[in-house]
Amino acid sequence: MMMDLYRTQRAMRTMRQAAIQRGVVAILDVGTSKIACLILRFDGEDVDRSEGIGGLAGQSSFRVIGAATTRSRGVELGESCALAETERAIRTAVQAAQKMANVRVDHCIACIAGGQPRSYGLAGAVEVEAEQVSEYDIARVLSAADMPDYGQDREILHAQPVNFAVDHRSGLIDPRAQIGNKLACDMHMLTVDRTAIQNLIHCIKRCDLELAGLASSAYAAGISSLVEDEQELGAACIDMGGGATGISIFIKKHMIYADSVRLGGDHVTQDVAKGLRVPINTAERMKTFNGGVVATGMDDRDLIEISADSGDWEKDRRTVTRAELIGIMRPRVEEILEDVRASLDAAGFDHLPSQQIVLTGGGSQIPGLDSLAARILGQQVRIGRPLRVQGLPQAATGAAFASAVGLALFAAHPQDEWWDFEMPADRYPARSLRRAVKWLKDNW
Amino acid sequence: MRPVRLADPAPSRLAYRAQRMWLTPAFRWLLRFGIPFGAITSLVVWAMAVEDRRIALYGWVEEMVREVQQRPEFMVTLLAIDGASSPVAAEIREVLPVNLPASSFDIDLKELRKVVADVPAVATADLRIKTGGVLEVAVREHSPAALWRGPEGLTILSRDGSPIGSIERRAQRADLPLLAGAGADEAVGQALDLIAAAEPFSDRIRGFRRMGERRWDVVLDRGQIIQLPEERPGAAIDRILTLDRAQDLLARDVAVLDFRNRDRATIRLNGSAVDALRAIRLIETGTAQP
Repeated sequence: MMMDLYRTQRAMRTMRQAAIQRGVVAILDVGTSKIACLILRFDGEDVDRSEGIGGLAGQSSFRVIGAATTRSRGVELGESCALAETERAIRTAVQAAQKMANVRVDHCIACIAGGQPRSYGLAGAVEVEAEQVSEYDIARVLSAADMPDYGQDREILHAQPVNFAVDHRSGLIDPRAQIGNKLACDMHMLTVDRTAIQNLIHCIKRCDLELAGLASSAYAAGISSLVEDEQELGAACIDMGGGATGISIFIKKHMIYADSVRLGGDHVTQDVAKGLRVPINTAERMKTFNGGVVATGMDDRDLIEISADSGDWEKDRRTVTRAELIGIMRPRVEEILEDVRASLDAAGFDHLPSQQIVLTGGGSQIPGLDSLAARILGQQVRIGRPLRVQGLPQAATGAAFASAVGLALFAAHPQDEWWDFEMPADRYPARSLRRAVKWLKDNW
Repeated sequence: MRPVRLADPAPSRLAYRAQRMWLTPAFRWLLRFGIPFGAITSLVVWAMAVEDRRIALYGWVEEMVREVQQRPEFMVTLLAIDGASSPVAAEIREVLPVNLPASSFDIDLKELRKVVADVPAVATADLRIKTGGVLEVAVREHSPAALWRGPEGLTILSRDGSPIGSIERRAQRADLPLLAGAGADEAVGQALDLIAAAEPFSDRIRGFRRMGERRWDVVLDRGQIIQLPEERPGAAIDRILTLDRAQDLLARDVAVLDFRNRDRATIRLNGSAVDALRAIRLIETGTAQP
């Protein structure tokens, strides 16, 4: 099974490289409330790093040439539950984006919000073969990491080396050519539910697209919403999506923890719909236009008309005060944030040197959320918007597109994963031809 | 009552694939250029595969071309010859291989110009087709400079020696000086210069005779002959003129004035003159027999 994973991930990496070589990649964010498709064109030219321009996160090498959003269908809690519906929705988004870009895309990079991600911290240690640490040693130490039993129905989504240590020097980003005897490595591994991934892959395959990469949406939101020093010093990104709220913790520019709370904006909408006895669409509209989480005296006098077309005049002409709406929304938002708090506590977020929390995703646009979140999560809370990338339409620059933009950055500038290193020969199957080649290479 | 179903906003799988197909550059190229080009080519090839159609097409094209060429705008109806005397013009008309009216596409001006220039009396010829369907032939003739009694009878020569025409009798062109002898036509210019130099006694000159294709004899009336040298004959003429003015040389009873040798001019007298001279000398010496 390890070999399978290794192979599929490597195939995906090759595909991504081929796609970037061809210059056009689609980014597909299949969410619970919307499906966003961005089409990127890689020109291969970097802006010159003149003075005043720091290290860019790879966003200068591509340009968004097509963007489309469509209402999501058949997705619940960030997982596809009605495949045909989801496939149609993906088709709609991809077609619109292709039309805007006027180019055909064959490769897509997708992210998954649901699937109950689980984080594992892995540690491994090996003796360095030669004096200096070589790439081969890194591959060996990654392979030597003790693999936990993460379950038969799970799939590894990310496996990123986070920290290297040579002898007693820890915190190395790149241990190559360091001199030492013992190489140790910490790795962060993220697994998700296999069914969720397989469903997503199935939908994408049905749209004639080749999957060139797969990422967790919490991770993608993190790399687009956290600024560089937040990623360096330690921060958590809370991606408040429609059906699930993703949590990712970054330090030293590596994701060290990811989780998701299976609650999101859709639940707030449902509460509004149930509480006020209005259709879901009306509830969604009321939530986005009049919603909030902090009520003031003014809100008692702010009457919202509920228009409906049930035919019953009494029912159709009701009004509610904004305070009532806030009274319905606030407990649910509090619940989400408390779950997030619990997840952060479980991850040991308190022990990080910096405890910056960045709220992003469509749900973060509720007015007053920052003060409510500060009360539950801690004082260092800010509302984050994704990084600006070239060519992105104004309509797609909001917080709701954090994971789509993050995926674009991920496509342009992926972090090293375990499978990016050559697998050591002793891990190959016994009769592998490559092992023979390796033996020949080593001995001749 | 069942709720009204809203139309599915998603494209069907077929529409989606069709759109992707359209966005494929190769496919678009094929549809825009490849297929139309291929269709037209195959149609033409199919149509032209039959011999009869091909012939019919060629015939039709030829017909069209001829029809255009035969339009009155392109027809040449008149031949205008400028700068030629009437016999020369008549000759040009005779030799020009054009049957008017003819289309200007059929008239090869270069060829015609060559033909006109080959007429002996013509020095240069310019041909052009003017508006109104006129073929204009502008000709500059050789001017007749001398008569030559040559092997082919009396020939009119231009100054550069090219023959212009021939006449039957000398009297027809009494205004032209007469040349004779083989090779005279190659030195017409020299002869004319000499004639000009000998202008004071021109009324006595009968003609010039080329001797041995290298020098001139001037034939005067009363059978007198002036033999000119091969080199610088003009100087000899000047000497004769001087002698004539001083001593009335030409009026004397001399048969031949031989100036061929520059250093020693010789005079041959007539028989009677010799006798008379001898008698005079005898008288002068006193030995004369009365």
